Amino acid sequence: MPNTSFSPSIESRPTYAGLVPQGSAPSIMIADAEGAEAIMDLAERDAAVLDQAHLIYIPKGAKFGSKLAELGAKGYHEEASLDAAMALINRLLGSAHMGTQLYLAGSEGMMGRVSALALSLGLPLDAIQMEHRGSIGRPMQCVHCKGVTQDVTTDPFTCSHCGLTLFVRDHFSRRLGVFQAVCVDAETPGVVPEIQEITA
Amino acid sequence: MTLQFNDETFRGDYSYFNTEHAIKRLPFPFDRDEYVYSVNIEAHPGGPKGSPFEFRFDVDEHYVSEMKDRAITLDDDPLRCQSLPHMELAGWDLLEIIMVSKAEDYTDLFTLHRDGNRWHWINRPLGIEQRFTFLDPTTLPCGPMEYITRQTQGDFALLHERDGNLWMDAGMVTSQADWSLDFDIGMNFFEWHAPVPKAKQMGVFDKALKFLLAMQQGQSYRRLNWTMTVNPRLDTSPENYHKWGPEKRTITPENVGRKQHLRIELQSFWRLPRSNAIAFPIRCYLACLEDICTQPKWGRRLHRVLRDIDPTLAEYKGFAVNQDMIVNYLSQFDDGAPTSPGIFPDA
Repeated sequence: MPNTSFSPSIESRPTYAGLVPQGSAPSIMIADAEGAEAIMDLAERDAAVLDQAHLIYIPKGAKFGSKLAELGAKGYHEEASLDAAMALINRLLGSAHMGTQLYLAGSEGMMGRVSALALSLGLPLDAIQMEHRGSIGRPMQCVHCKGVTQDVTTDPFTCSHCGLTLFVRDHFSRRLGVFQAVCVDAETPGVVPEIQEITA
Repeated sequence: MTLQFNDETFRGDYSYFNTEHAIKRLPFPFDRDEYVYSVNIEAHPGGPKGSPFEFRFDVDEHYVSEMKDRAITLDDDPLRCQSLPHMELAGWDLLEIIMVSKAEDYTDLFTLHRDGNRWHWINRPLGIEQRFTFLDPTTLPCGPMEYITRQTQGDFALLHERDGNLWMDAGMVTSQADWSLDFDIGMNFFEWHAPVPKAKQMGVFDKALKFLLAMQQGQSYRRLNWTMTVNPRLDTSPENYHKWGPEKRTITPENVGRKQHLRIELQSFWRLPRSNAIAFPIRCYLACLEDICTQPKWGRRLHRVLRDIDPTLAEYKGFAVNQDMIVNYLSQFDDGAPTSPGIFPDA
């Protein structure tokens, strides 16, 4: 499955260049669901990337765990959810040495959250690589209540925190790893446009 | 000079008003009968005596009430004022430039005594007197940027320069035209401008960034921007859009002249001495259509500008839904006569 292509309607949508092997540099690799395939592609191009790699995988129901485990990373960690993995991710990022590479592959929500954390811990932007695979669901922050709703695939959608009906503004924050979502019926409460599936 | 401060509100009963004096000195943002994007930057300060361009930081009849409105907004949402850890020095730079400017330009309102780093600040309109040690944050009740911008009209962004870009790493934002500091903090120049239509394709942001990066120590510039706001509301934040949004639909042909306001931003840019950051004050002036149309040149011109504006911009500036009513109202002030060049009203 190729790198997911993006909807042209959102101009500020981050572009994910795809993973490029950085040799045997120390690395942290995090993948969810179909993101596993991007890690396997990476390892196929240069197996040395795994020599000093911690590989964290969040399957979300996908069946790539055993294949990833066999790749031969220095440490392989399968986690039940991103929330469950955060303590480990914090530990690895917090103790990372200069030159450590961060490879992220899978959903925009996971990549946005982890890259935001990595930047806040001082990892330089050019040490972070991302490849978007699998779900086209997007992480949305409600501008009103600040709650983040993950894996949003419709426009408008309902904020999972405050219940307002929100549309996506063409605005993405790298610091937060989320898109901005704004009340769609603020001026005319109750008048909500028909819900559309986001197709790409 | 004697400045009388209005007792007025920017929410609830919206008792905000402009005196005749305030109307005549408005920084009307259109220098011709049409509006197109431009960088339109000029040196600041400098302009006719009594105009909002004369002094570095204009203080007008709305000062005291605007500061009360800011305090209400901050109590409600402290995230409107944020500063990333490396920005404290820029906050001191900003405090210095504002205190020095106000004390020099408004000697009857503000006084600053300096003995080395031991400073004594007196703000008479707000009844504040503060002795503190410059560059020592423990001697102020809050951070330096927050301290001084609670006493200065307009929103403020502090932009840090690195990697050939400007990063919005601190700000005080309570009178914004629908943008969120909490979302935008930490973004670079192109990222925070992403929602602006058309301008990127026109190369406006590339030119503006080049200009700003070339600014030298001690230099300051300004430009005017504008939008439209229903009711004289300073806090048109996205955070509260679901609260003020319904007011946009209360315009009728009978009330449009008083309810529909032209929202003018006098933006200025200051290269700061110690931090090399750029301070970006965004000063907001509100005037209802009735106020504007007391000046015949402005009434004619505003009619032509809003009638002929690119529909994408009417949408982005948020008045497309009321555009017909606005233009119909303004048409009674447009007799087709030519208008003189420049922004100032005819004498």
